[in-house]
Amino acid sequence: MIAQIIFQIFIIIALAPLLSGIMKKVKAFFQIRKGPGILQPYYDILKFLQKDSVVSTNVSWIFHAAPIVSFAAVLAAGLLIPIYITQLSLGFAGDLIAVIYLFALARFFTALASLDAGSSFGGMGGSREMFIASLVEPALMLSIFAVALNVGSTNLGFISQTVSGLGFDAMSPYQILAFVALFIIAIAETGRIPVDNPATHLELTMIHEAMILEYSGKQLAIVELGAMIKQLLIFSLLANIFFPWGIATGGAGAAEYVLALLIFVIKIIIIGITMAVVETSTAKWRLFRLPELMSISLMLSFLAIVAVIIVKGG
Amino acid sequence: MVAFYLIGAISSVILNKKDSICSYFSFFSAAAGALLGVIFSISVIFGETFYLALSQDSYLEFGFFVDKLSAFFILVISISVFAVSIFSTGYVKEYFGKKNIGRLGFLYNIFILSMIFVICANNAIMFLIVWELMSVISFFLVVYEHEKPETRKAGFIYIVMTHIGTGFILLSFMIFAGTSGSFSFETFNSAGLTMTPLLKDLAFIFAFIGFGAKAGIVPLHIWLPYAHPAAPSNVSALMSGVMIKTAIFMMIRISFDFLGASGSWWGYIVLAVGTISAILGILYAVVEPDIKRMLAFSSIENIGIILIGLGASMIFFASQKPIISAIAAIAALYHLLNHSVFKGLLFMGAGSIIYSTHTKNIEELGGIIKKMPLSAILILIGVLSISAMPPFSGFVSEWLTFQSLLLSFNLNNNFAIIMLSISAAFLALTGALAAYCFLKFFGMVFLALPRSEHARHAKEVNIPMLAGMGLFALLSILLGILPVYVLPVLDMIAASFIGTGAFGQSISVGTFWMISIPSSRGISISTPVLLAILLILMLIPAIILLINRRAQPIYETWGCGQPISTARNEYSANAFSKPVQMWFKSLYRPARETEATYSSPYLKESFRFESKIEQVFEQYLYNPIVDFVMIKSRKARLIQTGSIHAYLGYIFGILTILFMFIIAGGS
Repeated sequence: MIAQIIFQIFIIIALAPLLSGIMKKVKAFFQIRKGPGILQPYYDILKFLQKDSVVSTNVSWIFHAAPIVSFAAVLAAGLLIPIYITQLSLGFAGDLIAVIYLFALARFFTALASLDAGSSFGGMGGSREMFIASLVEPALMLSIFAVALNVGSTNLGFISQTVSGLGFDAMSPYQILAFVALFIIAIAETGRIPVDNPATHLELTMIHEAMILEYSGKQLAIVELGAMIKQLLIFSLLANIFFPWGIATGGAGAAEYVLALLIFVIKIIIIGITMAVVETSTAKWRLFRLPELMSISLMLSFLAIVAVIIVKGG
Repeated sequence: MVAFYLIGAISSVILNKKDSICSYFSFFSAAAGALLGVIFSISVIFGETFYLALSQDSYLEFGFFVDKLSAFFILVISISVFAVSIFSTGYVKEYFGKKNIGRLGFLYNIFILSMIFVICANNAIMFLIVWELMSVISFFLVVYEHEKPETRKAGFIYIVMTHIGTGFILLSFMIFAGTSGSFSFETFNSAGLTMTPLLKDLAFIFAFIGFGAKAGIVPLHIWLPYAHPAAPSNVSALMSGVMIKTAIFMMIRISFDFLGASGSWWGYIVLAVGTISAILGILYAVVEPDIKRMLAFSSIENIGIILIGLGASMIFFASQKPIISAIAAIAALYHLLNHSVFKGLLFMGAGSIIYSTHTKNIEELGGIIKKMPLSAILILIGVLSISAMPPFSGFVSEWLTFQSLLLSFNLNNNFAIIMLSISAAFLALTGALAAYCFLKFFGMVFLALPRSEHARHAKEVNIPMLAGMGLFALLSILLGILPVYVLPVLDMIAASFIGTGAFGQSISVGTFWMISIPSSRGISISTPVLLAILLILMLIPAIILLINRRAQPIYETWGCGQPISTARNEYSANAFSKPVQMWFKSLYRPARETEATYSSPYLKESFRFESKIEQVFEQYLYNPIVDFVMIKSRKARLIQTGSIHAYLGYIFGILTILFMFIIAGGS
């Protein structure tokens, strides 16, 4: 049990920068650039770890505590999400709703820290981040409802197991509608174009980058790694709620675990590439057009719920 | 218990001249009364129903009646009163020499006593008397700082709204009394069973409007954001924390106990009103610059969340699913308990901020985390709880509310499933906006640089105030991490009015302090384990930061190379909530005014900015009604001649008509 927990933490931390690197490479490919190697995020983090942290004169202990709390909250969510097996040792400690609230806790502390230095950028970033979170939340909750109405549970291990047990029968209209809705939410949650641009440092367009502008050195390394982990976890949610085929359902040998892990990596990379394609093929939207995007997601989730009721003959 | 409150009340009148002794006497005896209240209510919850008859007269029998449901509310009131009373002994130092402490102590004690009597009353007449007493005393508390004109306005709006509410309550009680032929609540109980559906509907609607006005449901909420901020902060903590809950108590009493929650559409009304109150309450809270008004709006939101749980419970009950109904009721009661704790904490926190900075405008605060480090931690706990962050208390009750809404898949009613899903989406939006709102509150008040002289001279508050807040902060944490000990008690209370509990059937407690609903489908949370995971995982970044430590040079905040470290460059609270204001433009109807003076065509010398949002309900619902009433009353003034002969004539005329009525009826 302990071994499984530690291994899951290790997998998450080890894979997160790789995913980020691959996505950057794909984007570079579509922009006809060579781009940095896929291992670049690892080098970046190692580099940050060897630098001094410059700290603002204005900050309080919140600024120092925030990266620690946010990182722990994101990683804790990682222990509740099935990665390559459905039988999670700590799966009983929280369900999908708890995962969302753990992400909210991480966001809350990051946004608090953004206000601490007293810079306009920080406040702007924090304000926009919380605004987008408010837009996302209703659509997210409705798509969870669609999934939960279908499967009858919000426990992630249970959902993965049930859906993977159904095989390709699981590909029903409501699953597809809910998937598209959650994919739009994933764009917003991972801070990708058209919602936010992870590559920008232009003052007026950045959101997540603006929040963490004051961090440097080791603290920045932790914040960046936390963001990459969150991205990996949101992709795993997409993968293992809607396409959990190949996930190990327990009671099998080591070979099956290795296979499940490999399948997981492939799934994550496919989602990452899809996301990168979406990112390169759209332009960033104005902040105040985002409610429209989220309304689309909200409507899709709502249709998914209606579809569940119709198909299951309520 | 009653004696202690009376001692507190009387002693504060007698000791009026000595401010400090007077405050100690009145607030400590209130605290002692509260302690006894806690013991008494726990003994009733786990023991027998308590009944004390004061008058056995068959025409008007009345007394105190305390069953499990009322005991729970007495418990909530007593816990709040205990913490707030301790806080008050420190907080009222603010008023020493300026205001009459004796009056405050007297009103405070009588106010608490009247709340307890409201919960215990077993007779409609007695209930209306103590209900009115509670309203009037709280009115006096609202206008305690009566030298301020806005306080007087707040008091006026409050007293008008509360009387409209009482009017509807009276109507509802008259329907009951008309059927049962008595004013005793006991007979109301059986009357509910024999009434025709139409009368039941009417009785429910009148009671919902009447008590809704007190609870602060939209659109009857308009008094709340005026009255709660106007009162002294310790009183606001009680008004927001517990007084509005007495209305929830009566709603449960009337709809479940008296009427048997038989109307199938009642639940939808409660759910819809709850959802609307939650979302509108928080939307107004997000953009509110006055911290106490912001907290008052957030009370409307939380009453909304409680009503969502209660509405879901009524829907399930009417669909013959009592076990699920009990889960939703537990969620509502849990949120009610949590709200009284964290809202009390935050109102006391707001009181502390005002105590040390003398301003409640969020735009003038900032940076006081360095001046008030302990208050900051306690308020942060309150903020995390109200934003439903795991593993604090708000998280548990919101999780339960979501799960009870999700249980709609047990119903064979598509309309219910869709209504509950929509309500869940709005609840999610409410939760996210609440986090937005309280992040802004904490960030703008405590972090960065002070925005005014007020904030620059802040000091840590005194020990009784910290103790009062600390008690609630501790409770917020405990209610968050130990729900397994709270839920069985709430289940007993829910069972007392639903008829069957949910425990062991649909909701259960497992190993590792786990709550599961229903366990067969693996839906469970365990907040202590979540807390443990969080603490252990915090070690990873902490170790990375600590090993091979690097220097942390201290430097100015980055400002694109410009030295900008002044508070004027900070993001303001108004700007922080601006995106929401833009998003809901049609609701807020913001108006703004800018005015700039130029020293040369290129350089601005000064700039003034003013923005205002409209209170839609006041503007479009209440003002027309008020205008209409004013016009009609002006016409009615004709009969008010001022001459005593004319008045005697009116009396004679009325008596004659009545007399004829009686004769006609007798023959």
